[in-house]
Amino acid sequence: MGVKNIMIVGVGGQGTLLTSRILGNLAIHAGFDVKLSEVHGMAQRGGSVVTFVRYGEEVAEPIVEEGCADVLIAFEKLEALRYLHFLKEDGVVIVNDWRIDPITVVTGAAQYPEGILDTLKAARKTVVVEATKQAVEMGAPKAFNVIVLGAAARYMGFEKEDWHHVIETTVPPRTVEVNLKAFEAGYQ
Amino acid sequence: MSEKKILLGNEAIARGAYEAGVKVSAAYPGTPSTEISEAIAKYEEVYAEWSPNEKVAAEVAIGASIAGARSMCSMKHVGVNVAADPLFTAAYAGVGGGMVVVAADDPGMYSSQNEQDSRMVARAAMIPVLEPSDSAEAKAFTKLAFDLSEAYDTPVMVRSTTRLSHSQGIVELEERREKECVPYERNTAKYVMMPGNAIKRHVVVEARMKKLAEDACAMSVNRAEYRDTAVGFITGGIPYQYVREAMPEASVLKLGLVHPLPRKLIEEFASKVEKLYIFEELEPVIEEQVKSWGILKAVGKEIFTVQGEYSANMIRQRVPECGSRSDSGAAGQAVSGAASEKAASGETAPESGMSGQRSMAPASVPARPPILCPGCPHRSVYSVLNRLKIHAAGDIGCYTLGAVAPLSVVDTTICMGSSISTLHGMEKARGKEYIRDWVAVIGDSTFMHTGINSLMNMVYNQSCGTVVILDNSTTGMTGHQDHAATGKTLKGEVVPAIDILSLCRSLGIEHVYEISAFDLEGLEEAFRRETKRDAVSVIVTKAPCVLLKGVTFPNKCVPIPEKCRKCGACLRPGCPALTKNEDGTISIDETMCNGCGLCAKLCRLDAIEVRPR
Repeated sequence: MGVKNIMIVGVGGQGTLLTSRILGNLAIHAGFDVKLSEVHGMAQRGGSVVTFVRYGEEVAEPIVEEGCADVLIAFEKLEALRYLHFLKEDGVVIVNDWRIDPITVVTGAAQYPEGILDTLKAARKTVVVEATKQAVEMGAPKAFNVIVLGAAARYMGFEKEDWHHVIETTVPPRTVEVNLKAFEAGYQ
Repeated sequence: MSEKKILLGNEAIARGAYEAGVKVSAAYPGTPSTEISEAIAKYEEVYAEWSPNEKVAAEVAIGASIAGARSMCSMKHVGVNVAADPLFTAAYAGVGGGMVVVAADDPGMYSSQNEQDSRMVARAAMIPVLEPSDSAEAKAFTKLAFDLSEAYDTPVMVRSTTRLSHSQGIVELEERREKECVPYERNTAKYVMMPGNAIKRHVVVEARMKKLAEDACAMSVNRAEYRDTAVGFITGGIPYQYVREAMPEASVLKLGLVHPLPRKLIEEFASKVEKLYIFEELEPVIEEQVKSWGILKAVGKEIFTVQGEYSANMIRQRVPECGSRSDSGAAGQAVSGAASEKAASGETAPESGMSGQRSMAPASVPARPPILCPGCPHRSVYSVLNRLKIHAAGDIGCYTLGAVAPLSVVDTTICMGSSISTLHGMEKARGKEYIRDWVAVIGDSTFMHTGINSLMNMVYNQSCGTVVILDNSTTGMTGHQDHAATGKTLKGEVVPAIDILSLCRSLGIEHVYEISAFDLEGLEEAFRRETKRDAVSVIVTKAPCVLLKGVTFPNKCVPIPEKCRKCGACLRPGCPALTKNEDGTISIDETMCNGCGLCAKLCRLDAIEVRPR
């Protein structure tokens, strides 16, 4: 298999780091070479954040470049649109149907684009997940990112048991149960 | 038995130091270097500390080295400037136990105020530099750095970049090898750098670098990989990975030791390849030296930029011999090319000036710059300063974000600790009336870093001016590190906290006040009163960072639409939890709101209630 390129995008504070670490551990568990690239520091404060995960026989660069991503996992829909051009023609975007207004929209300097989900669907294969809503219903609003990851799991070629194993060993111990439940909710 | 683990570049550097038997590690937090110290603090065999600033950290490492132990200090690129004074002279003195300086540069300025290249500083300081290109090398090169340090009697720099420090890769863990301390012998000719001794040591430094440059030709970290010799690249660090990605068939001279350069090795490589490219991020450090040796066919900054991060796509677009252009999708390339040019020419929207928003998505996608968190105490303080139309000389931290709309309070930001001294400079240039509508704002950690020096200067040189210390009990932006005024060490030990109020009073400042960051009336009254005062005064605004461990949020803010008159007062401080509905009323995102109540206080109609969660 060639190198698989995954991008996780969202708003600082949405848990892109934890999600990429689950994926990284999964790839290493499956015996692949793997590289991850993250964003720390100022950009994390409510800004647009992106992390990259690449795995395969041998991985050189740690970033995914424009036009090269196989899977784009987006925790917020405007962020899906922002990074859509990173996807390959036959790549898939997994998007959380959730809106967080950037400060430019709050202050009226910019408009939040209409019909983002339609724009995504017209451009690439798109899977829409109501993850935040589901997570709130589950009583675990912070686990929405694992629900999105569950939905994305079908496009990444690992066994379900491996996902379970890696979630169990990566997330903080007291959140294992809720994260497994969230993963299942997304995987369905 | 060896264990394989996936580690951040920074964690791998820490692991390398641990395995090399390091005994003392000192640092001040700074993105992208912070996790080195956080990782090394977990090893009980290593003493690790947060020092108040990088100069102190470097001196701690120097002292430990003179005492015979392996030591390390780590810092971000701008921290190297703070530490420059001891480092330049440590190169003359040399080491007892091996000493490693980790410098983490930030090409693309994801979280920095400039884009300087630490290799330039190391060249000026005559300190050798190793540059790893992935996590495995980060560990291996750090260990090598200690060996080189002792073999050549010099501090050695390990240079990282954001992309290396914050990328994870697979690392094989090895055992720690304890290193006996070198027995101490009084040696003033080496360790007392007064002119008579330093004159002789300078000769030693030059000879050592010359020897190292010759030996570098045979070092395994400098490696010629001959493949197709039609095209050859001289590269190192993370850019090596981009070359391998874009042109796996090209020959590469991969430099692990980037200062001093292995001249013979480079000349040999250059003679064996037809086209020669030098691919290094930021300054043309290798390129200028190579060209000065008469290797004029080398192509570098003519086609590659001195700004920002490199990528494999940059090679695909700019190197005519690159045959793998079809791999990345034509559309993506066109967009990315435009993006790099735009970034290179500094044409970015003012809103995106705060961070690395490099993706040039369609123009219809609004920018999402970083902002203060919901419930952030800085927002509350800034909302008052904004209302009073007070300008702030700013500093380095999350609160630098007070420069952007809608808070728009911070007018200047230069470097750590500069807020207080720039305010003083303004007062001396234009008189005390000029700064009646000015304050200096500085965080608690930044105040302890170098702000205190500037405050001493205001007292000594009889300034008048108001210094606002935004005390959120942590070093916020770098991810919540302790400092001398928090009462906890890097190792987690509870220690006496330096009391900022008493510290300021001890300088002879009479007017020192502490006010809750959410007491809007109290803040307003204090700002009005103190900015009129003909003396130095200090206002400490106090409330913990909302992201700090153990900070809980018993409340939430709930809008009451029936009472709302749609005036927008609550929206003015720009809390991201609030959005304006189409009918002009507001919604508050319950998953984001931390219940600080700022919006409720700003509403004169009680149309927002603070309720228990």
